[in-house]
Amino acid sequence: MRRFDLATPHDVDDCLKLLAERGETKLVAGGTDLLPQMKNGLIRPARVIDLSGVPEVHVLAPDDGRGFRVGAAVTARQLERDPRIQSAYRSLAESGALVGSIQVRNLATVGGNICNAAPSADMAPPLVALDAEAVIAGPRGRRRVPMAAFFTGVRRTVLAPEELLLEFSVPAPGPHSGSCYLRHTPRRELDIAVVGVASQVTLANSVCTKARICLAAVAPTPVRATAAEQALEGQRLTPELIEQAATLAIEAAKPISDQRGSVEFRRHLVRVLTRRTLTTALARASA
Amino acid sequence: MAKQILSFTVNDEPVDVLVQPYVTLLDALREDLELTGPKEGCGTGDCGACTVHLDGKPVASCLMLAMQARGHAVRTIEGLGAIGALHPLQDAFVRLGVPQCGFCIPGVLMAAAAVIAETKHPTEEDIRYGIAGNLCRCTGYTKMVAAISEAAAQR
Repeated sequence: MRRFDLATPHDVDDCLKLLAERGETKLVAGGTDLLPQMKNGLIRPARVIDLSGVPEVHVLAPDDGRGFRVGAAVTARQLERDPRIQSAYRSLAESGALVGSIQVRNLATVGGNICNAAPSADMAPPLVALDAEAVIAGPRGRRRVPMAAFFTGVRRTVLAPEELLLEFSVPAPGPHSGSCYLRHTPRRELDIAVVGVASQVTLANSVCTKARICLAAVAPTPVRATAAEQALEGQRLTPELIEQAATLAIEAAKPISDQRGSVEFRRHLVRVLTRRTLTTALARASA
Repeated sequence: MAKQILSFTVNDEPVDVLVQPYVTLLDALREDLELTGPKEGCGTGDCGACTVHLDGKPVASCLMLAMQARGHAVRTIEGLGAIGALHPLQDAFVRLGVPQCGFCIPGVLMAAAAVIAETKHPTEEDIRYGIAGNLCRCTGYTKMVAAISEAAAQR
Protein backbone atom coordinates (compact mmCIF):
# COMPACT_ATOMS: atom_id res chain seq x y z
CA MET A 1 0.00 0.00 0.00
CA ARG A 2 1.04 3.59 -0.64
CA ARG A 3 2.11 5.40 2.49
CA PHE A 4 -0.38 7.46 4.42
CA ASP A 5 -0.77 9.06 7.82
CA LEU A 6 -3.28 7.48 10.17
CA ALA A 7 -5.43 9.51 12.55
CA THR A 8 -7.29 7.79 15.37
CA PRO A 9 -9.92 10.20 16.76
CA HIS A 10 -11.83 9.39 19.94
CA ASP A 11 -15.07 11.22 19.25
CA VAL A 12 -17.16 12.78 16.49
CA ASP A 13 -15.88 16.33 17.09
CA ASP A 14 -12.25 15.20 16.75
CA CYS A 15 -13.20 13.42 13.58
CA LEU A 16 -14.94 16.49 12.10
CA LYS A 17 -11.91 18.67 12.89
CA LEU A 18 -9.69 16.22 11.01
CA LEU A 19 -12.11 16.14 8.06
CA ALA A 20 -12.11 19.96 7.89
CA GLU A 21 -8.33 20.01 7.30
CA ARG A 22 -6.94 20.07 3.78
CA GLY A 23 -5.65 17.10 1.84
CA GLU A 24 -6.97 13.89 0.38
CA THR A 25 -8.54 12.05 3.32
CA LYS A 26 -10.40 8.76 3.58
CA LEU A 27 -12.41 7.39 6.48
CA VAL A 28 -11.85 3.73 7.33
CA ALA A 29 -14.28 1.63 9.36
CA GLY A 30 -14.13 -2.04 8.39
CA GLY A 31 -11.70 -1.43 5.54
CA THR A 32 -12.99 -4.32 3.42
CA ASP A 33 -13.79 -2.07 0.45
CA LEU A 34 -11.20 0.61 1.16
CA LEU A 35 -8.07 -1.52 1.64
CA PRO A 36 -8.33 -3.40 -1.69
CA GLN A 37 -8.83 -0.03 -3.43
CA MET A 38 -5.74 1.38 -1.69
CA LYS A 39 -3.70 -1.76 -2.34
CA ASN A 40 -4.28 -1.62 -6.09
CA GLY A 41 -3.67 2.14 -6.20
CA LEU A 42 -7.20 3.07 -7.24
CA ILE A 43 -7.25 5.59 -4.39
CA ARG A 44 -4.21 7.16 -2.78
CA PRO A 45 -5.22 9.14 0.31
CA ALA A 46 -2.57 11.17 2.11
CA ARG A 47 -4.38 10.54 5.36
CA VAL A 48 -6.72 7.88 6.66
CA ILE A 49 -9.01 8.44 9.63
CA ASP A 50 -9.80 5.29 11.60
CA LEU A 51 -13.30 5.26 13.09
CA SER A 52 -12.80 2.25 15.35
CA GLY A 53 -12.17 4.47 18.40
CA VAL A 54 -15.28 6.64 17.90
CA PRO A 55 -18.00 5.12 20.16
CA GLU A 56 -20.95 6.97 18.61
CA VAL A 57 -20.72 5.23 15.24
CA HIS A 58 -20.88 1.79 16.89
CA VAL A 59 -24.32 2.19 18.47
CA LEU A 60 -26.88 -0.58 17.89
CA ALA A 61 -29.85 0.13 20.12
CA PRO A 62 -33.59 0.87 20.22
CA ASP A 63 -34.43 4.52 19.64
CA ASP A 64 -36.84 5.34 22.51
CA GLY A 65 -39.65 3.28 21.05
CA ARG A 66 -39.47 5.00 17.65
CA GLY A 67 -37.36 2.40 15.95
CA PHE A 68 -33.70 1.45 15.91
CA ARG A 69 -30.38 3.25 15.76
CA VAL A 70 -27.87 1.42 13.60
CA GLY A 71 -24.42 3.01 13.86
CA ALA A 72 -22.45 3.41 10.64
CA ALA A 73 -19.68 1.17 12.00
CA VAL A 74 -21.99 -1.69 13.01
CA THR A 75 -20.73 -4.78 11.19
CA ALA A 76 -22.63 -6.90 8.70
CA ARG A 77 -22.16 -9.85 11.05
CA GLN A 78 -23.75 -7.94 13.95
CA LEU A 79 -26.84 -7.22 11.84
CA GLU A 80 -26.92 -10.85 10.69
CA ARG A 81 -26.90 -12.20 14.26
CA ASP A 82 -28.68 -9.60 16.40
CA PRO A 83 -32.02 -11.13 17.53
CA ARG A 84 -33.69 -7.69 17.62
CA ILE A 85 -32.72 -7.01 14.01
CA GLN A 86 -33.68 -10.55 12.97
CA SER A 87 -37.19 -10.15 14.37
CA ALA A 88 -38.22 -6.59 13.47
CA TYR A 89 -35.89 -5.80 10.55
CA ARG A 90 -35.49 -9.19 8.93
CA SER A 91 -34.51 -7.88 5.48
CA LEU A 92 -31.61 -5.96 7.02
CA ALA A 93 -30.37 -9.09 8.82
CA GLU A 94 -30.72 -11.05 5.57
CA SER A 95 -28.71 -8.51 3.59
CA GLY A 96 -26.00 -8.42 6.25
CA ALA A 97 -25.69 -12.21 6.01
CA LEU A 98 -24.98 -12.00 2.27
CA VAL A 99 -21.96 -9.67 2.31
CA GLY A 100 -18.66 -11.48 1.69
CA SER A 101 -17.57 -14.29 4.00
CA ILE A 102 -17.81 -14.47 7.82
CA GLN A 103 -14.22 -13.18 8.00
CA VAL A 104 -15.26 -10.19 5.89
CA ARG A 105 -18.60 -9.65 7.65
CA ASN A 106 -16.90 -9.38 11.04
CA LEU A 107 -15.09 -6.32 9.63
CA ALA A 108 -17.39 -4.89 6.94
CA THR A 109 -19.73 -2.18 8.20
CA VAL A 110 -23.17 -1.06 7.12
CA GLY A 111 -21.91 2.52 6.76
CA GLY A 112 -19.05 1.36 4.57
CA ASN A 113 -21.38 -0.65 2.35
CA ILE A 114 -23.62 2.42 1.96
CA CYS A 115 -20.86 5.07 1.53
CA ASN A 116 -19.00 2.91 -0.99
CA ALA A 117 -22.28 3.28 -2.94
CA ALA A 118 -21.89 0.39 -5.33
CA PRO A 119 -25.15 -0.08 -7.29
CA SER A 120 -25.14 -3.69 -6.04
CA ALA A 121 -24.67 -2.85 -2.32
CA ASP A 122 -26.75 -5.45 -0.46
CA MET A 123 -27.56 -3.40 2.63
CA ALA A 124 -28.95 -0.44 0.66
CA PRO A 125 -32.33 -1.86 -0.54
CA PRO A 126 -33.52 -2.94 2.94
CA LEU A 127 -32.63 0.47 4.43
CA VAL A 128 -34.47 2.28 1.61
CA ALA A 129 -37.49 -0.05 1.93
CA LEU A 130 -37.54 0.50 5.71
CA ASP A 131 -37.76 4.30 5.16
CA ALA A 132 -34.53 4.70 7.12
CA GLU A 133 -32.75 8.04 7.39
CA ALA A 134 -29.02 8.66 7.38
CA VAL A 135 -27.85 10.85 10.27
CA ILE A 136 -24.91 12.96 9.10
CA ALA A 137 -22.58 15.17 11.16
CA GLY A 138 -20.89 18.15 9.55
CA PRO A 139 -19.26 21.48 10.40
CA ARG A 140 -22.69 23.16 10.59
CA GLY A 141 -24.34 20.54 12.77
CA ARG A 142 -26.31 17.45 12.03
CA ARG A 143 -28.73 16.66 9.23
CA ARG A 144 -30.94 13.73 8.31
CA VAL A 145 -31.29 12.44 4.76
CA PRO A 146 -33.84 9.79 3.74
CA MET A 147 -32.03 6.73 2.39
CA ALA A 148 -34.12 7.00 -0.80
CA ALA A 149 -32.30 10.32 -1.47
CA PHE A 150 -28.83 9.36 -0.17
CA PHE A 151 -27.34 7.96 -3.37
CA THR A 152 -26.61 10.35 -6.27
CA GLY A 153 -24.83 8.02 -8.71
CA VAL A 154 -22.44 5.11 -9.04
CA ARG A 155 -20.11 5.45 -6.01
CA ARG A 156 -21.59 8.91 -5.30
CA THR A 157 -23.64 10.05 -2.32
CA VAL A 158 -24.94 13.28 -0.76
CA LEU A 159 -22.03 13.25 1.73
CA ALA A 160 -19.72 16.26 1.50
CA PRO A 161 -15.98 15.66 2.06
CA GLU A 162 -16.12 17.35 5.48
CA GLU A 163 -19.10 15.29 6.63
CA LEU A 164 -19.32 12.05 8.59
CA LEU A 165 -22.11 9.47 8.39
CA LEU A 166 -23.00 8.69 12.02
CA GLU A 167 -25.86 6.22 11.96
CA PHE A 168 -29.08 5.07 10.34
CA SER A 169 -32.34 5.90 12.04
CA VAL A 170 -34.66 3.03 11.17
CA PRO A 171 -38.33 3.54 12.06
CA ALA A 172 -40.22 0.66 13.65
CA PRO A 173 -42.26 -1.00 10.87
CA GLY A 174 -45.18 -1.47 13.27
CA PRO A 175 -47.38 -4.49 13.93
CA HIS A 176 -48.29 -6.88 11.08
CA SER A 177 -45.25 -5.87 9.07
CA GLY A 178 -42.90 -8.15 7.19
CA SER A 179 -39.81 -7.73 5.06
CA CYS A 180 -37.49 -9.78 2.90
CA TYR A 181 -34.26 -9.26 0.95
CA LEU A 182 -33.17 -11.63 -1.79
CA ARG A 183 -30.53 -11.38 -4.47
CA HIS A 184 -29.44 -13.49 -7.36
CA THR A 185 -25.81 -14.59 -7.60
CA PRO A 186 -24.28 -17.37 -9.72
CA ARG A 187 -22.52 -18.77 -6.62
CA ARG A 188 -24.01 -19.21 -3.16
CA GLU A 189 -21.30 -17.40 -1.20
CA LEU A 190 -18.89 -14.52 -1.76
CA ASP A 191 -20.48 -13.02 -4.81
CA ILE A 192 -21.96 -9.72 -5.95
CA ALA A 193 -25.67 -9.29 -6.67
CA VAL A 194 -26.75 -9.51 -10.31
CA VAL A 195 -30.03 -8.11 -8.98
CA GLY A 196 -31.17 -7.57 -5.39
CA VAL A 197 -34.70 -6.79 -4.17
CA ALA A 198 -35.98 -5.74 -0.75
CA SER A 199 -39.72 -5.74 -0.03
CA GLN A 200 -41.52 -4.40 3.00
CA VAL A 201 -45.27 -4.63 3.65
CA THR A 202 -47.56 -3.58 6.49
CA LEU A 203 -51.09 -4.98 6.87
CA ALA A 204 -54.21 -3.82 8.72
CA ASN A 205 -57.25 -6.12 8.66
CA SER A 206 -55.59 -8.11 5.85
CA VAL A 207 -55.30 -5.00 3.68
CA CYS A 208 -51.87 -3.68 2.69
CA THR A 209 -51.52 -0.21 4.21
CA LYS A 210 -47.93 0.31 3.16
CA ALA A 211 -45.64 -1.31 0.60
CA ARG A 212 -42.02 -0.58 -0.20
CA ILE A 213 -39.96 -2.26 -2.89
CA CYS A 214 -36.35 -1.32 -3.57
CA LEU A 215 -34.19 -2.75 -6.35
CA ALA A 216 -30.39 -3.01 -6.44
CA ALA A 217 -27.93 -3.43 -9.32
CA VAL A 218 -30.43 -2.35 -12.00
CA ALA A 219 -29.62 1.39 -12.06
CA PRO A 220 -26.75 3.70 -10.98
CA THR A 221 -28.36 3.83 -7.52
CA PRO A 222 -30.84 1.66 -5.62
CA VAL A 223 -34.33 2.54 -6.92
CA ARG A 224 -37.82 2.24 -5.49
CA ALA A 225 -40.45 0.52 -7.63
CA THR A 226 -43.14 3.07 -6.83
CA ALA A 227 -45.69 1.95 -9.43
CA ALA A 228 -45.55 -1.55 -7.99
CA GLU A 229 -45.88 -0.19 -4.44
CA GLN A 230 -48.96 1.83 -5.40
CA ALA A 231 -50.58 -1.21 -7.00
CA LEU A 232 -50.37 -3.00 -3.64
CA GLU A 233 -51.39 -0.28 -1.16
CA GLY A 234 -55.05 -0.38 -0.14
CA GLN A 235 -55.49 -3.89 -1.54
CA ARG A 236 -55.63 -7.46 -0.26
CA LEU A 237 -52.38 -9.09 -1.33
CA THR A 238 -53.29 -12.06 -3.51
CA PRO A 239 -50.79 -14.08 -5.57
CA GLU A 240 -52.30 -12.49 -8.69
CA LEU A 241 -51.79 -8.96 -7.36
CA ILE A 242 -48.23 -9.77 -6.29
CA GLU A 243 -47.51 -11.08 -9.80
CA GLN A 244 -48.95 -7.86 -11.23
CA ALA A 245 -46.73 -5.75 -8.92
CA ALA A 246 -43.70 -7.84 -9.84
CA THR A 247 -44.30 -7.08 -13.51
CA LEU A 248 -44.77 -3.36 -12.72
CA ALA A 249 -41.45 -3.36 -10.81
CA ILE A 250 -39.62 -3.99 -14.08
CA GLU A 251 -40.54 -0.43 -15.15
CA ALA A 252 -38.36 1.00 -12.37
CA ALA A 253 -35.33 -0.99 -13.51
CA LYS A 254 -32.89 0.64 -15.94
CA PRO A 255 -30.23 -2.06 -16.01
CA ILE A 256 -27.06 -2.32 -18.06
CA SER A 257 -25.57 -5.45 -19.63
CA ASP A 258 -22.24 -6.45 -18.11
CA GLN A 259 -20.29 -9.59 -17.29
CA ARG A 260 -22.74 -10.44 -14.51
CA GLY A 261 -25.94 -10.28 -16.55
CA SER A 262 -27.71 -8.87 -19.59
CA VAL A 263 -30.45 -6.24 -19.56
CA GLU A 264 -33.05 -8.92 -20.37
CA PHE A 265 -31.84 -11.27 -17.63
CA ARG A 266 -31.82 -8.49 -15.05
CA ARG A 267 -35.37 -7.42 -15.96
CA HIS A 268 -36.47 -11.03 -15.61
CA LEU A 269 -34.76 -11.26 -12.20
CA VAL A 270 -36.50 -8.08 -11.01
CA ARG A 271 -39.87 -9.71 -11.66
CA VAL A 272 -38.95 -13.04 -10.05
CA LEU A 273 -37.25 -11.56 -6.98
CA THR A 274 -39.97 -8.95 -6.45
CA ARG A 275 -42.58 -11.72 -6.50
CA ARG A 276 -40.58 -13.90 -4.11
CA THR A 277 -39.70 -11.12 -1.64
CA LEU A 278 -43.28 -9.81 -1.59
CA THR A 279 -44.63 -13.33 -1.01
CA THR A 280 -42.21 -13.90 1.87
CA ALA A 281 -42.77 -10.42 3.33
CA LEU A 282 -46.53 -11.03 3.25
CA ALA A 283 -46.16 -14.40 4.98
CA ARG A 284 -43.99 -12.80 7.68
CA ALA A 285 -46.46 -9.91 8.13
CA SER A 286 -49.31 -12.40 8.49
CA ALA A 287 -47.46 -14.66 10.93
CA MET B 1 5.28 9.31 8.55
CA ALA B 2 6.34 8.07 11.93
CA LYS B 3 5.83 4.57 13.18
CA GLN B 4 3.14 4.18 15.79
CA ILE B 5 3.04 1.99 18.88
CA LEU B 6 0.60 -0.87 18.53
CA SER B 7 -0.36 -2.25 21.95
CA PHE B 8 -2.52 -5.34 21.86
CA THR B 9 -2.71 -8.95 22.98
CA VAL B 10 -1.42 -11.68 20.70
CA ASN B 11 -2.01 -15.30 21.65
CA ASP B 12 -2.68 -14.26 25.27
CA GLU B 13 0.57 -12.25 25.57
CA PRO B 14 0.54 -8.45 25.83
CA VAL B 15 2.58 -7.02 22.97
CA ASP B 16 3.89 -3.54 22.12
CA VAL B 17 5.31 -3.21 18.64
CA LEU B 18 6.25 -0.26 16.41
CA VAL B 19 4.43 -0.39 13.09
CA GLN B 20 4.00 1.87 10.10
CA PRO B 21 0.45 3.25 9.97
CA TYR B 22 -0.10 1.83 6.49
CA VAL B 23 0.67 -1.85 7.15
CA THR B 24 -2.02 -4.47 7.51
CA LEU B 25 -2.51 -6.59 10.61
CA LEU B 26 -1.36 -9.58 8.55
CA ASP B 27 1.94 -7.89 7.68
CA ALA B 28 2.54 -6.82 11.28
CA LEU B 29 1.93 -10.38 12.50
CA ARG B 30 4.16 -11.95 9.87
CA GLU B 31 6.93 -9.38 9.49
CA ASP B 32 7.20 -7.81 12.93
CA LEU B 33 6.01 -10.59 15.24
CA GLU B 34 7.30 -13.51 13.11
CA LEU B 35 3.94 -15.27 13.29
CA THR B 36 3.94 -16.74 9.81
CA GLY B 37 0.97 -19.08 10.33
CA PRO B 38 -1.50 -16.63 8.78
CA LYS B 39 -0.82 -16.45 5.04
CA GLU B 40 -1.40 -13.90 2.34
CA GLY B 41 -3.27 -15.64 -0.47
CA CYS B 42 -5.18 -12.95 -2.30
CA GLY B 43 -4.79 -9.83 -0.16
CA THR B 44 -8.38 -8.84 -0.90
CA GLY B 45 -10.42 -10.89 1.59
CA ASP B 46 -11.52 -13.57 -0.86
CA CYS B 47 -9.42 -16.60 0.14
CA GLY B 48 -9.38 -16.67 3.96
CA ALA B 49 -5.75 -17.81 4.26
CA CYS B 50 -5.05 -14.80 6.52
CA THR B 51 -7.87 -15.59 8.97
CA VAL B 52 -7.11 -14.78 12.62
CA HIS B 53 -9.40 -14.18 15.58
CA LEU B 54 -10.03 -10.62 16.75
CA ASP B 55 -11.65 -10.77 20.19
CA GLY B 56 -12.68 -14.34 19.36
CA LYS B 57 -14.21 -13.58 15.97
CA PRO B 58 -12.64 -14.68 12.69
CA VAL B 59 -11.47 -11.77 10.53
CA ALA B 60 -9.46 -11.35 7.33
CA SER B 61 -6.23 -9.87 8.71
CA CYS B 62 -5.21 -8.68 5.23
CA LEU B 63 -8.13 -6.22 5.22
CA MET B 64 -7.38 -4.61 8.59
CA LEU B 65 -4.83 -1.96 9.34
CA ALA B 66 -2.50 -3.18 12.08
CA MET B 67 -3.29 -0.11 14.20
CA GLN B 68 -6.98 -1.01 14.14
CA ALA B 69 -6.11 -3.95 16.39
CA ARG B 70 -4.93 -1.61 19.16
CA GLY B 71 -6.42 -2.64 22.50
CA HIS B 72 -7.84 -5.85 21.06
CA ALA B 73 -6.98 -9.53 21.49
CA VAL B 74 -5.66 -11.33 18.43
CA ARG B 75 -5.23 -15.08 18.15
CA THR B 76 -3.34 -16.72 15.33
CA ILE B 77 -2.95 -20.41 14.51
CA GLU B 78 0.21 -20.34 16.68
CA GLY B 79 -2.07 -19.69 19.68
CA LEU B 80 -4.82 -22.19 18.88
CA GLY B 81 -3.06 -25.20 20.38
CA ALA B 82 0.48 -25.99 21.46
CA ILE B 83 3.12 -28.53 20.49
CA GLY B 84 2.20 -31.63 22.48
CA ALA B 85 -1.22 -30.19 23.31
CA LEU B 86 -2.95 -29.75 19.97
CA HIS B 87 -6.37 -28.18 19.71
CA PRO B 88 -8.98 -30.91 19.01
CA LEU B 89 -9.36 -29.51 15.49
CA GLN B 90 -5.63 -29.73 14.82
CA ASP B 91 -5.61 -33.24 16.24
CA ALA B 92 -8.47 -34.30 13.97
CA PHE B 93 -6.81 -32.68 10.92
CA VAL B 94 -3.62 -34.66 11.62
CA ARG B 95 -5.38 -37.97 12.30
CA LEU B 96 -7.57 -37.72 9.21
CA GLY B 97 -4.69 -36.58 7.03
CA VAL B 98 -6.49 -33.44 5.93
CA PRO B 99 -3.67 -31.12 4.83
CA GLN B 100 -1.96 -31.57 1.50
CA CYS B 101 0.04 -28.45 0.63
CA GLY B 102 -1.11 -26.83 3.87
CA PHE B 103 -1.21 -23.21 2.71
CA CYS B 104 -4.90 -22.70 3.48
CA ILE B 105 -4.98 -24.83 6.64
CA PRO B 106 -4.14 -22.16 9.29
CA GLY B 107 -7.01 -20.05 7.97
CA VAL B 108 -9.37 -23.01 7.75
CA LEU B 109 -8.58 -24.04 11.32
CA MET B 110 -9.24 -20.53 12.66
CA ALA B 111 -12.55 -20.36 10.77
CA ALA B 112 -13.45 -23.85 12.01
CA ALA B 113 -12.54 -22.92 15.60
CA ALA B 114 -15.08 -20.10 15.38
CA VAL B 115 -17.72 -22.49 14.03
CA ILE B 116 -17.36 -24.95 16.89
CA ALA B 117 -17.14 -22.14 19.45
CA GLU B 118 -20.38 -20.55 18.20
CA THR B 119 -22.37 -23.72 17.42
CA LYS B 120 -22.62 -26.57 19.89
CA HIS B 121 -23.60 -29.33 17.47
CA PRO B 122 -22.74 -28.00 14.02
CA THR B 123 -24.39 -29.74 11.06
CA GLU B 124 -22.49 -30.34 7.84
CA GLU B 125 -24.33 -27.26 6.49
CA ASP B 126 -23.15 -25.15 9.48
CA ILE B 127 -19.57 -26.29 8.91
CA ARG B 128 -19.62 -25.67 5.16
CA TYR B 129 -21.16 -22.22 5.74
CA GLY B 130 -18.55 -21.47 8.41
CA ILE B 131 -15.62 -22.24 6.11
CA ALA B 132 -17.20 -20.76 2.95
CA GLY B 133 -14.71 -17.89 3.20
CA ASN B 134 -11.71 -20.22 2.94
CA LEU B 135 -10.46 -21.37 -0.44
CA CYS B 136 -8.51 -24.60 -0.77
CA ARG B 137 -7.12 -25.57 -4.15
CA CYS B 138 -5.64 -29.01 -3.42
CA THR B 139 -6.89 -30.77 -0.27
CA GLY B 140 -10.58 -30.34 -1.05
CA TYR B 141 -13.26 -29.79 1.51
CA THR B 142 -14.63 -33.29 2.19
CA LYS B 143 -11.95 -34.34 4.67
CA MET B 144 -11.97 -30.90 6.29
CA VAL B 145 -15.69 -31.14 6.98
CA ALA B 146 -15.26 -34.67 8.37
CA ALA B 147 -12.44 -33.58 10.67
CA ILE B 148 -14.28 -30.50 11.92
CA SER B 149 -17.38 -32.60 12.52
CA GLU B 150 -15.35 -35.15 14.49
CA ALA B 151 -13.61 -32.49 16.58
CA ALA B 152 -16.97 -30.85 17.37
CA ALA B 153 -18.47 -34.19 18.45
CA GLN B 154 -15.51 -34.99 20.73
CA ARG B 155 -15.91 -31.95 22.93
